[in-house]
Amino acid sequence: MSQGHTMNRQLAWALGALLVVAVCMLPFLVKNYRVFQFNLVLIYAIAILGLNILVGFNGQISLGHGAFFAIGGYTTAVLMDKLGMPYWATLPFAGVLCFVLGFLMGFPALRLGGHYLALATYALALAVPQLLKYKKIEGLTGGVQGIVLNKPEPPFSFRFLGQPLNADRWLYFFTLAVAALMFLLAWNLLRGRIGRALVAIRDHPIAATAMGINLPLFKSTAFGVSAAFTGVAGALGAVCVAFVSPDSFSVFLSISLLVGLVVGGLASIPGAIFGAAFIQFVPNVADELSKAAPWAIFGVILIGLMYLMPTGVMGLIGTLWARFKPKAGAPGA
Amino acid sequence: MDALLHQIFSGLASGCIYGSVALGLVMIYQATHHINFAQGEMATFSTFIAWSLIQAGWPYWAAFFATVGITFVGGVLVQRIILRPVEKAPVLTNVIVFIGLLVIFNSVAGWLFDYTIKSFPSPFPQQSVLATRYFSAHDLGSVGVMLTVLAALWAFFRFTPVGLAMRAAALNPESARLVGIRVGWMLAMGWGMASAIGAVAGMMVAPVVFLDPNMMGGILLYGFAAALLGGIDNPGGAVIGGFIVGVLENLLGAYVIGTELKLTVALVLIVGTLTLWPNGLFGKNVVTRV
Repeated sequence: MSQGHTMNRQLAWALGALLVVAVCMLPFLVKNYRVFQFNLVLIYAIAILGLNILVGFNGQISLGHGAFFAIGGYTTAVLMDKLGMPYWATLPFAGVLCFVLGFLMGFPALRLGGHYLALATYALALAVPQLLKYKKIEGLTGGVQGIVLNKPEPPFSFRFLGQPLNADRWLYFFTLAVAALMFLLAWNLLRGRIGRALVAIRDHPIAATAMGINLPLFKSTAFGVSAAFTGVAGALGAVCVAFVSPDSFSVFLSISLLVGLVVGGLASIPGAIFGAAFIQFVPNVADELSKAAPWAIFGVILIGLMYLMPTGVMGLIGTLWARFKPKAGAPGA
Repeated sequence: MDALLHQIFSGLASGCIYGSVALGLVMIYQATHHINFAQGEMATFSTFIAWSLIQAGWPYWAAFFATVGITFVGGVLVQRIILRPVEKAPVLTNVIVFIGLLVIFNSVAGWLFDYTIKSFPSPFPQQSVLATRYFSAHDLGSVGVMLTVLAALWAFFRFTPVGLAMRAAALNPESARLVGIRVGWMLAMGWGMASAIGAVAGMMVAPVVFLDPNMMGGILLYGFAAALLGGIDNPGGAVIGGFIVGVLENLLGAYVIGTELKLTVALVLIVGTLTLWPNGLFGKNVVTRV
């Protein structure tokens, strides 16, 4: 038994190492445009992870995380454009600003349960693009035109597999590092006392209060942390796309993030990656049918998943694993 | 003074539209305690149906009533087919299904009728003795249509057996079922009627804001604000809330903040109402047992 355990562990290490190598090789195996798309997948994964902390783990519904994505993106763009800050130094600012705004948004959210919170955040998602276009702050935000940025050049360069390390490939590694850090942070936050408190609040708020969990503090902090994750994702998005404009953060961005969350699986950390890949690549395929087709497909998938697979991809993997894994203690295991 | 009166009257005209959107939301909320996020997109879709009927050469009022009928049936079908299976599911599931509906109606409208902006005819004459410099004939006509719809609804719920059964089903489903009311179908009827009201609102607002798949996005937000302000369980309050929101929006837009921040006003109204008067101006105080 114990030998089987060591073997399993070795296997897990080997698979993990293989995965790391594959992920690092990936940008050199594909065309530049694909690298750009992978960057966006990583960025959406961070945003969906943020949304998941709030919706999946804490049970507060937000249809407005596109707003925090926008605020993060604009923070980076303004700091780079007006103050000439380097791109990497702007990320903490975007995160902190979104944390504060999310924390503040968490206060009205304390009084709003379920549908009402969804409604208030939906209003937020609709209002933010209009706010960004507002004439009085045009000097800062660039108004309807938005802000055009320069893509950061890689600090060093080499060729690998015949492909140079260009701006997009460099950003791939940068985004990958940030994403890894954010996932590690989320995992650390959610696996311990705080994570259990958040889940307890989701499942039974009254019982959670009776156990001594400070409900208002935890709920607002969850909102803040979730907004900070999404804000950092927005900041990375601004760097990778090298452009922000009000219309790229419409209410449909918020809905996309929700689709990614549901596809990946509620309350699952790795699910965010599947969800992000889904919202990045499915529209590309469906776009060839019609401009409206991706959204029709998104809608059908949202409703279909709620009926058939409410736990998303990760839930499905979990179910299959439970069915097919060798039974503990069974002969041959 | 003239300008102020003009702003107030046109605020009342748009308030009427918000009030009717709010009324549709309240009807569904009363019966199921769900907020229908797809109300606006469904209304837009109905307006597109009316538009294609008119393009096909139908007279306006024939197209109007046909659209109301089609929308009623559509609303009943949506409730029976899509929402019934998740009736008892958690809030998050319901919100996601509503968002799914929103996205589907929006994109199918874009798919079938494309995204170009279309003009929609008004049934009311341009020149009329009733039109003054304060309001156009269309403003007056749409207020008249909406008030007629309201009166008809009130009479329906007050005086007909079916209306009574629907109220019973919404108020106390278990007891209603015991006396032989088919609660499920009553809910579906409510959905049909809410959709039909939305269709009327859509057809009344389309000549003013022009028709495209995203026509109702902002209007829905104002409808939400109106419903919350009036108390989400009070149909009369929703209509009054609509008028208040309409006038407020116009006055703020004209004198305080300009027209660019209209959606922000709605956001502030929604969050403000929900935090300061969670039951709205005319809503009931609800006490829940732990």
